[in-house]
Amino acid sequence: MLAHATTFALDGLGTRRVRVEIDVRPGLPAFTIVGLGDAAVRESRERVRSAILNSGLEFPQRRVTANLAPADLRKVGPGFDLALACGILAASGQVPAPALASRAFYAELSLGGELHSCRGTLAVAEATRVAAVGQLVLAAAAGAEAALVPQLEVAAVPTLADVVAVLRGGPVPDPPVAADDDVRSDALELADVLGQHEAAEAMIIAAAGGHNLLMCGPPGTGKTMLARRLPWILPDLSGAEALDVTRILSIAGLHAGHGLVRRRPFRAPHHTTSSSGLVGGGASPRPGEVTLAHHGVLFLDELSEFYRSSLEALRQPLEDGLVTIVRGQRSAVFPARCMVVAATNPCPCGRGTTGCRCTEPDRERHARKLSGPLLDRIDVACSLDMPAGALATVPVPTTREARERVHAARARAADRVGDGGPSRNADLTGAQLRRYAPLDRECRERIEGAGRIVTSMRARDRLHRVARTIADLDGAERILPEHVTQAITFRKDVLRTEPDA
Amino acid sequence: MSACDACLRRAWLVGRLSGHLDQVRGQRQHVREVLALSDADLLAALAGAQRQSIAQEHAAFRPRELRARVAAARQASVCAHDAEYPRGLRDLPDQPAALFVAGGDRAAAALARIAEDPFARPTVALVGARRASADARRMAESLGRELACAGVPVISGMALGVDAWAHRGALGAEGDTIAVLGSGADVVYPRTEAGLYDELVARGVVLSEMPPGATARRWTFPARNRIIAALATMTVVVEAAERSGSLITATLAEDLGRELGAVPGRPGVTGTRGTNGLLRQGCAVIRDAQDVLDQLFGAGAREAGRPGKDPARLTLELGAVFAAVAAGHDTIAALCEHPGQVRVVTGQLGELEYLGYVRRAADGRYVTIP
Repeated sequence: MLAHATTFALDGLGTRRVRVEIDVRPGLPAFTIVGLGDAAVRESRERVRSAILNSGLEFPQRRVTANLAPADLRKVGPGFDLALACGILAASGQVPAPALASRAFYAELSLGGELHSCRGTLAVAEATRVAAVGQLVLAAAAGAEAALVPQLEVAAVPTLADVVAVLRGGPVPDPPVAADDDVRSDALELADVLGQHEAAEAMIIAAAGGHNLLMCGPPGTGKTMLARRLPWILPDLSGAEALDVTRILSIAGLHAGHGLVRRRPFRAPHHTTSSSGLVGGGASPRPGEVTLAHHGVLFLDELSEFYRSSLEALRQPLEDGLVTIVRGQRSAVFPARCMVVAATNPCPCGRGTTGCRCTEPDRERHARKLSGPLLDRIDVACSLDMPAGALATVPVPTTREARERVHAARARAADRVGDGGPSRNADLTGAQLRRYAPLDRECRERIEGAGRIVTSMRARDRLHRVARTIADLDGAERILPEHVTQAITFRKDVLRTEPDA
Repeated sequence: MSACDACLRRAWLVGRLSGHLDQVRGQRQHVREVLALSDADLLAALAGAQRQSIAQEHAAFRPRELRARVAAARQASVCAHDAEYPRGLRDLPDQPAALFVAGGDRAAAALARIAEDPFARPTVALVGARRASADARRMAESLGRELACAGVPVISGMALGVDAWAHRGALGAEGDTIAVLGSGADVVYPRTEAGLYDELVARGVVLSEMPPGATARRWTFPARNRIIAALATMTVVVEAAERSGSLITATLAEDLGRELGAVPGRPGVTGTRGTNGLLRQGCAVIRDAQDVLDQLFGAGAREAGRPGKDPARLTLELGAVFAAVAAGHDTIAALCEHPGQVRVVTGQLGELEYLGYVRRAADGRYVTIP
């Protein structure tokens, strides 16, 4: 007898509808799964068999063939277990076959028959809704995440026996309630940082304009500590952004809570990370760090230690806000709109001015590594040193103060360009800059007169852009000369050949 | 202008035996004794198994060919028998027979500039470590610049570190500077300083005792140090570790009766033990270019180069920030009394930088631009 059930396979960050066909025929007892499954799918046979038997049901002692269609799509993971089990039960007449028609199934089975949630629940729930399949049956633990999708009928049940009860026409458990937004209470306090006022200001500017930031200073001066606080001074994710981030984290198996993620992600890949680790890759493409940091912060500590090829690979995603990965016949497009914060030592030994013994070739090599493709995308830079002077022990602004300033500046920038324009100053093209952020004569003279210290057109635009953000933070309608001069101080310029370069 | 046949032959022989000289044991101590030998003795001492063949080459040496090579390398040569031979070098027992000066048409004029007695027209050699600290590189540059501003030619060896920055400082002030190379005057060593070499050839003086095309060898560096020490009225060691080449120059300068000075370095660091050791022995303490000028011309007789920009033209606030930076408050943090000032100070420093009064170093510190 033949039966089929509907489920979904994860494909990059998207999903593909999969039709699970079960054929139960007379013959020697056997259970075969075809349809390009990976090891987890092959092992699914044992889980399904045990789960059915341990739920007090019968596994047909005949020849069982399961086909996962479309057959050319590579299928990964244990999410097909439930659909396979339900298909077998329908094909062997233990549940009514029509009950499967208006349902999608997405859960892993344990040998005892319990349902477990799988990664990518949110994406599958959205796909179920879009495909108008009807009800989505999944593990009780995944209910809250599925409930984030409005107007979707969800049956979140704990065991296979409960699924059978529902399929036989029993009562459907109460629909799960969407969990509260995942606003973690462990906010990091910016004011824990003492003395690094210049760097804090640079970070606030970067946050306000969405500019990429470079921090340069010896170890132990607080670069990482500051960077970790950046997500907390950025505005919370908007509704659509939060769905994007939650979906990505869910598919990557990194979504620990149940609710919508409102806090911007912070990813700090180690400098030995390969280029496919950074931008994504694999035989069936998986998102990389730049995608996991989508709408959030990608922190590259020890920038000069990263493989050049990795940084090279980051350039295009940062430019376009997208990664396109092609592997064999497969391709995937991942979103990658994140802020990059890079940290580096001033020289290879890291001791900076006090007791540095690096040779000039060492320094030049260090500077050359930094000068690579990524630096082109960095708008704001700052230096850190051991805190000294009157401010050494004075805390920098609190997270709350910084957040409010950033928020006000972003609101001002968004108002200026209106709907449809880039809401972050960092995304303004040269032409948009001249249109939305015109300069008066004095400011233009300052930017152009800075020719000795700012040599390329691109660098001038960068100065212009950062000056606009500083003006936004200042609440100023127009860019004033002092905003330009502040931007001059925060320009990145670690590559000069000076006695101390 | 060209060196005489005998001196060219001698210069050729030193170049020919350059590889053999590198084999001299304890070359630091003995290379000068070797260089003081006559041609025949030199051959006997160094040529070894090749003595016969090199002696034949020596006998067959055709000065015209070397002259042609010198001309082709756009160099001029001068020998101890010329009036243009630098007077300072005559104090050396092992004076180089000939000097080769790069620079095409400018070469002859360049030679004339260094021909004078070092005590009639003072010059200063700035020497120091290749692996110099940031402080030392900064010091070398500012000494070079300020001495050049005061009209004192700066002599050094175009090595990495202190040497290169001393030359850059002097060139930056449009001043006179002389590079004495260990290789031929047309061979750029170290290669990374090719840009500096070009500028030195175009605007300063580049010279060597080695004939054109000679490569740098271990022995050529201590050997050229004797030329530096003899050319200069005063040698200033900017930073040196113990047993370093710069200390050789210092000892030579002292032996020749030249002035010697050293820049005090951070205590407890190996890289400054040499310079601090010189100070311990009582050599002149050099804090800035004024100290050098006082030593050369007598206290207060000549002022160090004035900055080209006049802080008096700045607004009151910017002038105060500039003065604070000049006084060593060289980071944003050091210039702020309370957090509210950070943005103001950031803007002021940006403006000073834009106006060309200060610049920001790679480590985030601000330095004044004279």
